[in-house]
Amino acid sequence: MPDYILSTSNRMAKRHAREKRFKWYGRIAIFISIAFLVFMFSAIIFRGASAFQQTKIALDINFSEAIIDPTSSRDPELLKRANYKPIVLQSLSNVIPGITERRDRNRVYKLLSAGAVFDLGEQVAEEPNILGKSKKVWLLASSEVDLFMKGKIDPNISEDLRRLKDRDIKWIEILKSQGRIKKKFNTTLFSSGDSREPEMAGILGAAIGSFFSLLVCFLIAFPLGILTAVYLEEYAKKNFLTNFIEVNINNLAAVPSIVFGLLGLSIFLNFFNLPRSTPLVGGIVLALMTLPTIIIASRSILRSIPQSIRDAALGLGASKTQTTFHHVVPLAMPGMLTGTILGMARALGETAPLLMIGMVAFIVDIPKGITDVATSLPVQIFLWADSPEKGFVERTSAAIIVLLAFLILMNLCAVYLRKRLERRW
Amino acid sequence: MSLPTENGLRRKNRSSQIKELVIQGALIASSFVAILTTIGIVASLVFEAFRFFDKIPLTEFLFSLEWSPQTAIRADQVGASGKFGVIPLLTGTLLISFIAMLVATPLGLLSAVYLAEFAKAKTRDVVKPLLELLAGIPTVVYGFFAALVVAPIIRATGSGVGFDISSESALAAGLVMGIMLIPFISSLSDDVINAVPQALRDASFGMGATHEETVTKVVIPAATPGIIGSLLLAISRAIGETMIVVMAAGLAANLTLNPFEAVTTMTVQIVTLLTGDQEFDSAKTLAAFAIALFLLILTLGLNIIALRIVDKYKKKYA
Repeated sequence: MPDYILSTSNRMAKRHAREKRFKWYGRIAIFISIAFLVFMFSAIIFRGASAFQQTKIALDINFSEAIIDPTSSRDPELLKRANYKPIVLQSLSNVIPGITERRDRNRVYKLLSAGAVFDLGEQVAEEPNILGKSKKVWLLASSEVDLFMKGKIDPNISEDLRRLKDRDIKWIEILKSQGRIKKKFNTTLFSSGDSREPEMAGILGAAIGSFFSLLVCFLIAFPLGILTAVYLEEYAKKNFLTNFIEVNINNLAAVPSIVFGLLGLSIFLNFFNLPRSTPLVGGIVLALMTLPTIIIASRSILRSIPQSIRDAALGLGASKTQTTFHHVVPLAMPGMLTGTILGMARALGETAPLLMIGMVAFIVDIPKGITDVATSLPVQIFLWADSPEKGFVERTSAAIIVLLAFLILMNLCAVYLRKRLERRW
Repeated sequence: MSLPTENGLRRKNRSSQIKELVIQGALIASSFVAILTTIGIVASLVFEAFRFFDKIPLTEFLFSLEWSPQTAIRADQVGASGKFGVIPLLTGTLLISFIAMLVATPLGLLSAVYLAEFAKAKTRDVVKPLLELLAGIPTVVYGFFAALVVAPIIRATGSGVGFDISSESALAAGLVMGIMLIPFISSLSDDVINAVPQALRDASFGMGATHEETVTKVVIPAATPGIIGSLLLAISRAIGETMIVVMAAGLAANLTLNPFEAVTTMTVQIVTLLTGDQEFDSAKTLAAFAIALFLLILTLGLNIIALRIVDKYKKKYA
């Protein structure tokens, strides 16, 4: 073979090798990006899965009327607040032998959550007939016991380094041998508000706060967004004002979310004196934030509606408004709804602006309306992530799992709407 | 059936004309909300920032190298006057953004090029939504991931090689922020690369170039302005990002470029100054608005430049 052919084929081989390498760079970049995603999800699920279970301790409680309701008043409020500690202690010492000293009694009582007696009170207030009888009740264990049962406390490390002492572990083993300590589905997580004690903390309050905020956000952003989009696409003439509005909307989309929080703080809280820390203000701020997204999405949908539809309506004598609201907007509605849902999904995950308007407080009560103080799911995650108690780590991850589940649900809704209702022209 | 009279028609016409006007008015009013929001943002920030500059001179804010915001309880107390220099915050912000872009730029661009030029349609359909999923995850989740997973790993690696890394390092925050930015860069660059006319590629192939040569020597140079625009947008996003840095970056205003140290950012300081107890007139609270104004000017400036570049680029090939 002549020399020059050999040399070119050599060059060709090199050039092809380069192409192969280049393709691999791309594949590796995608692989790394997706690996990060998978790593993040699995790290969170790995940490959070255990929070869906909660350790409970079964005790035979003797609902002694003499201690709980000595006056036989049967007043639910009194029953709730009665002193259940001696009863619980009695049941505990029946199960665990050798607890006589006061110090031991106080220690063994700490195996249970501080919330256990409240649960007892609630139960008695609900069915007062139980008074005078004895019943096996599953009570909430303390966070330390819970962590131990989930294998998150290593009993082999030095006793000084853990809050759960050897004595406590011995007691837990006794309870275990009698089948009195078990991990059950964690209903507290879904049925209560925030708490300082990890085992009593739940996300219901935050979830409802998020719901109210999103409701306000939707009620403001959806109509405003759609009307603005309709104006800009169907009515507005090309002039300075229209141009100015357009530039405004595009720039608002780029404003950092925290700045919207400052807007809420200085205008809605300090100037209009709207109630602080409420879903009302949170919803307004989120609405202003999502408005540009909704407008931009709705406009592109309106642009995709063929001109022939407008011409046909106008030709049959419909007015501009009739054409727009009887024909164009209904056809664009599924697409605009999709855009709105996606915008709301963004708003659901937003944290920073809510911190600015005080939705970051420690709130135990579950909000009942848009003017009650509340927090929101992402803010709750932020608050728990900041808590020093070890028990909150798994709960934070669990709250993240719930938040992501909601987000995925909303996105699926949007995808479904788009597939089902949107027309291709 | 009686025909409508001329008068009746005219009356009906007028009432429907009024209706049209009312509806148009409502439409215009709702589109003014966007303008009002902008005015509200600018007015509140400027107003409070001016009150801040009444107490602290603008030159100190812009040029002082120290940041330790506090207001004196007593006039004679040690360190009674706080230091309000924005420089340490700016360097912290830029350091973290730089680390983030260092992660996001190669990953985002290479993914975009591969997806736009080499990948099969099936791969694209799977990979694109996955990458976009990264953009849909709330930033508080990234913050949690950075603080509880990435930072300990970095710390452990550091101490493994005998290197002391603070538990709240710029590196952890920047790294995770970089992951968050990947989809911003990849999807915008993807659009930009797709907008390069096929004729350019065909010409290159016709000259005997390989696909890789076409991409690196023809497509990417042609798409460069658009790619730069997408990078600027990502930087603007990084500068304004709050939750990741609040949870992972720390509060200490160190004037340093060392990624293993804790730095603070403008957004972190806004959050710290405005959460918790506050009096509304102290320099400390007002400082948050001054920082926010600075932040707004920075991000909007970047954004406007980026959109200009992208627009110009799109017109070139339109």
